[in-house]
Amino acid sequence: MTRYFTKDHEWVEVEGTSGTVGITDFAQGQLGDITFVDLPAVGEGVTAGEAASVVDSVKAASDVYSPVSGTVSEANPALETAPELVNTDPESGGWLFKLTLSDAAQLDALMDKAAYDQYVAGL
Amino acid sequence: MTEFTDIPANDADDEPPEALVLPLDAWHRARGARMVPFAGYEMPVQYEGILAEHGWTRTHAGLFDVSHMGQLYISGFGVEAAIEAVLPIDLSTLKEDAPRYSLLLDENGGILDDLMVTRWSEGFYLVVNGATKWDDIAHLREFLPDDVTINHLEDSALLALQGPEAFTALERVVTGDKPLADLTFMTGAAYKIAGVDAWISRSGYTGEDGFELSVPAESATVIADALCAQAEVKPIGLGARDSLRLEAGLPLYGHDLSPETDPVEADLSFAINKRRRGSGGFPGAERILGALAQGAPRRRVGLELDGRQAAREGASVVVGGQVVGTVTSGGFSPTLERPIAMAYIESGAIGAREVAIEVRGKLLPTRIVNLPFVPHRYHRKGAAK
Repeated sequence: MTRYFTKDHEWVEVEGTSGTVGITDFAQGQLGDITFVDLPAVGEGVTAGEAASVVDSVKAASDVYSPVSGTVSEANPALETAPELVNTDPESGGWLFKLTLSDAAQLDALMDKAAYDQYVAGL
Repeated sequence: MTEFTDIPANDADDEPPEALVLPLDAWHRARGARMVPFAGYEMPVQYEGILAEHGWTRTHAGLFDVSHMGQLYISGFGVEAAIEAVLPIDLSTLKEDAPRYSLLLDENGGILDDLMVTRWSEGFYLVVNGATKWDDIAHLREFLPDDVTINHLEDSALLALQGPEAFTALERVVTGDKPLADLTFMTGAAYKIAGVDAWISRSGYTGEDGFELSVPAESATVIADALCAQAEVKPIGLGARDSLRLEAGLPLYGHDLSPETDPVEADLSFAINKRRRGSGGFPGAERILGALAQGAPRRRVGLELDGRQAAREGASVVVGGQVVGTVTSGGFSPTLERPIAMAYIESGAIGAREVAIEVRGKLLPTRIVNLPFVPHRYHRKGAAK
């Protein structure tokens, strides 16, 4: 399993052609208290770099862009009643959705953890 | 991720280009505040988090730095008539040291700002919004006669202490001729805190009992430290200030009020004082008195949503497939644990049963409700303690 990161602060963990998508700890810290997550429907197609989900915090609503293109296979059911999981456990239990990748070559454009950490440190 | 809405930014367009520094700037940063640009200043949006700060204010006491707001002192020969020419206020019924809400109006009755007016012994003390204060001062200079002097109290900071324990905390640190307990909602007096002069009124913008304190900017940290040394008090950021005032149904200038809205449709007719309804003589009187008599074509209302997805400023209110209005403020209510919003909707749609707000292509079921969303708990004169 390998985890990749975007400059927009999403992560995708990939095993074969399936990926799990979430937002980073940095992102949740910037957003503040999350009150609602609008997740894509199972079977929905998502496109790399385009909005796939919306995260509502007390102060704002923010788009979450899919790091890669593919078809949504599962949305995190725990977020329906406990959206705060995205604050407390953003890079594990607070994942947003899973998808089947349509173009694994898109991963080449993403950052690894070391590169992402360096990117965040420079913000 | 991209934030496409944010906490209220200022809407005024001619303000100083460089960020102004609050007297408590370093104090906020030392307490871990996240600072954001607002009304020309760098201001604390949150310390530990908006939900926690909101909840603390509703159960204990929160200290807000609102020093970005404009504090003005207006005095001189003919000051009463001059103020009544620009505001729909009746100063003949305004007692000394008792703040009253009023509106700065343009010649069409559009709202240029909302403000508090207090009679002091010689002149009048005004508190206006931060984002509009430069425009307000320019407007007042234009419309007040030369004999009337406008003094911008830039050496004063403004703090608000809000919440059910605000009185207990403040009483412990103030001294003055008048017991703090004698202040009821919308009255004020001069006190001292840690040896520093503070003009304190029992008022605020959260719906809770609380106080606003005008203090010398150079001593603002002394006052803030004295207040935060009380176990009941924590510093609270602008984020929670916004969610608290929204729950209290209080409009925010630049969002719920603008030159495009008049006091009647904004549901602020109470600010057109009784004598002025007969005599007029304030800017926009013709339109406003007409709207008072005939009713306004649209109204500011409260909306409660089902589910958890919030509707934000700009979202359309829909009845029977027709757009009947627009959300001007909206967010998640921490107290009610559901989304709430304020919107202007066509008066004819106010009784509609099936109301929805369109958010990102979805119609969210909504109910029109009376404001405030969360009951006020002001310490009113004559009310049981």
